[in-house]
Amino acid sequence: MDSSPTDLVAPAAAAVGRRRLLAGGALALGGALAGAGVGAAAAGRGTGDSRPQPPGYGVQKVPFHGPHQAGIDTPAQAHAVFLGFDLDGGTDRAALGRMMRLLTDDAARLTGGVPALADTEAELAELPARLTVTFGFGPGFFTAAGLDDRRPASLAPLPVFSIDRLQDHWCGGDLLIQICADDPLTVAHAQRMLVKDARTFARLRWAQRGFRRGRGVQEDGVTQRNLMGQIDGTVNPAPGSDVFDGAVWAEDGPEWLRGGTTMVLRRIRMELETWDAADTRAKEFSIGRTLGTGAPLTGAAETDPPDFAARDAFGLPVISEFAHVRRAHVADPRQQIFRRPFNYDDAPAADGTPDTGLLFASFQRDVAGQFLPIQRALAASDLLNQWTTPIGSAVFAIPPGCAPGGWIGQTLLG
Amino acid sequence: MHAMPTTTTVPGRSPRLRRLVAATALGAISLSALVACGSGDSSSPAKASPSTAVTADAAPLTVKDPWVKASNTEMTGVFATLVNTTGAKVTVVSGTSTVSAKTELHEVADVDGKPTMRQKAGGFVIPANASHELKPGSDHVMLMGLTKAVKPGDEVTVTLTLDDGRTLKFTAVAKAFAGAKEDYNAGMTKG
Repeated sequence: MDSSPTDLVAPAAAAVGRRRLLAGGALALGGALAGAGVGAAAAGRGTGDSRPQPPGYGVQKVPFHGPHQAGIDTPAQAHAVFLGFDLDGGTDRAALGRMMRLLTDDAARLTGGVPALADTEAELAELPARLTVTFGFGPGFFTAAGLDDRRPASLAPLPVFSIDRLQDHWCGGDLLIQICADDPLTVAHAQRMLVKDARTFARLRWAQRGFRRGRGVQEDGVTQRNLMGQIDGTVNPAPGSDVFDGAVWAEDGPEWLRGGTTMVLRRIRMELETWDAADTRAKEFSIGRTLGTGAPLTGAAETDPPDFAARDAFGLPVISEFAHVRRAHVADPRQQIFRRPFNYDDAPAADGTPDTGLLFASFQRDVAGQFLPIQRALAASDLLNQWTTPIGSAVFAIPPGCAPGGWIGQTLLG
Repeated sequence: MHAMPTTTTVPGRSPRLRRLVAATALGAISLSALVACGSGDSSSPAKASPSTAVTADAAPLTVKDPWVKASNTEMTGVFATLVNTTGAKVTVVSGTSTVSAKTELHEVADVDGKPTMRQKAGGFVIPANASHELKPGSDHVMLMGLTKAVKPGDEVTVTLTLDDGRTLKFTAVAKAFAGAKEDYNAGMTKG
């Protein structure tokens, strides 16, 4: 399915497209063209079937059940929405259990390409497009449940950093629902269904929509650029690797969280007006990487490790003491964080000033032990801070996954 | 992806008038409990659901995807897909629940051009090796005289009785669900 671009012109796919066009008329044309983009999938289908068929990416599913929740080690989808809720006053432990059973059931069905119970738009569930739904519990969730003693020690609002310009309406939240899929209509339907079932128990505090490249536009796994044009995310533990497992999945701390993790969600505004005013050399100096390839200033390829000891003809470090790559560098693999960011780009102001930035989502075993040291190092002297401003901040414990018949949060509330 | 539900049509006959204390009191009212919406999907796998803990007490039926509309009024509806796994037709003739004084089998029929809810004469008939969908705007199990509010996430146990006396017990999870416009007709229909 992760086919190379050459599949675009695969003869078999073209033939399928023609058959569709002939059989289905004009209506089938869009489907045929879309299908050609995933030629391997289209060509693999039976040749005698002239019904319009969805393109391959749409029907792909990510298993909901398992030891970990999906949407963490799942390769980032093209679209995401993060929903933060405040629990209503009367939502106690029993009510939270009812809520999480309902939400789990919705998520299990929708991610499987099946309508939720009482789904009024059942047809919209047919193309899950790698839909994942991931739940998180903010500090207030534990208070509401009367379970403050089971709250991970460092699960609390982050300390305020000097660079922060936090806006309350982008901060906090007792319940997180992260919805990701390769299709925005799928995300919207899942959001509608989950919000309908959550709102008996909670009120929406914020919704943050994000996106990455459309699926198939680049090969899966290519490090993507953010809206400042930087190749962003080169140094990131590879899902499934020992480094990832050691950095992300909780293996000590509260028993109920084993197999889970924590999420830090920061809404980071990009100051594109002043970024525009900087020249390429200044931009590269502040990051420590070239803009063109993403290679460190001491290397030739994106994945070359930065040489922090290298010095130039004047004896100065090639990668500045204050460059982003140096400030963000973590030597101990267990101290790394796993970043899973999405871009945001809301409506510009009347004068054209963009409302653009990054929904910076990171997963780590322990907020205090992993995220905070990195954030302190960046906040103190990262040159990139000139062009980035944190305006939202929230932390959540991400419970482990569940088996069929179980529900997310059962290890805490059950 | 979605198999069309096999819908059983009961041969038309005049609705049997029954003495209904609750229904008489309620009269013909506009009911917000039901929605004219074909959300049915008889192919939904029953999985990971609090609502699929089904125990069949020797009844030759399985219940898929049961749910009940959350309600803080006197009544509400239960929806599911009844699957007959046998080679003979199965008829559901009555029901009870843990939260209602009275439980009836209802249909939504076109009466004078208006969708109208009423008791289903003859009950729900599920042909051999077929399924029968109970869904908003169509056949459903009506819980009347609720003894307590049914809150979202609550679980309601429903027992259906077949014409041969066998019973089928299942648990339906309550979901918040917007209402619609069928009129309830407690058997006052003319003709």
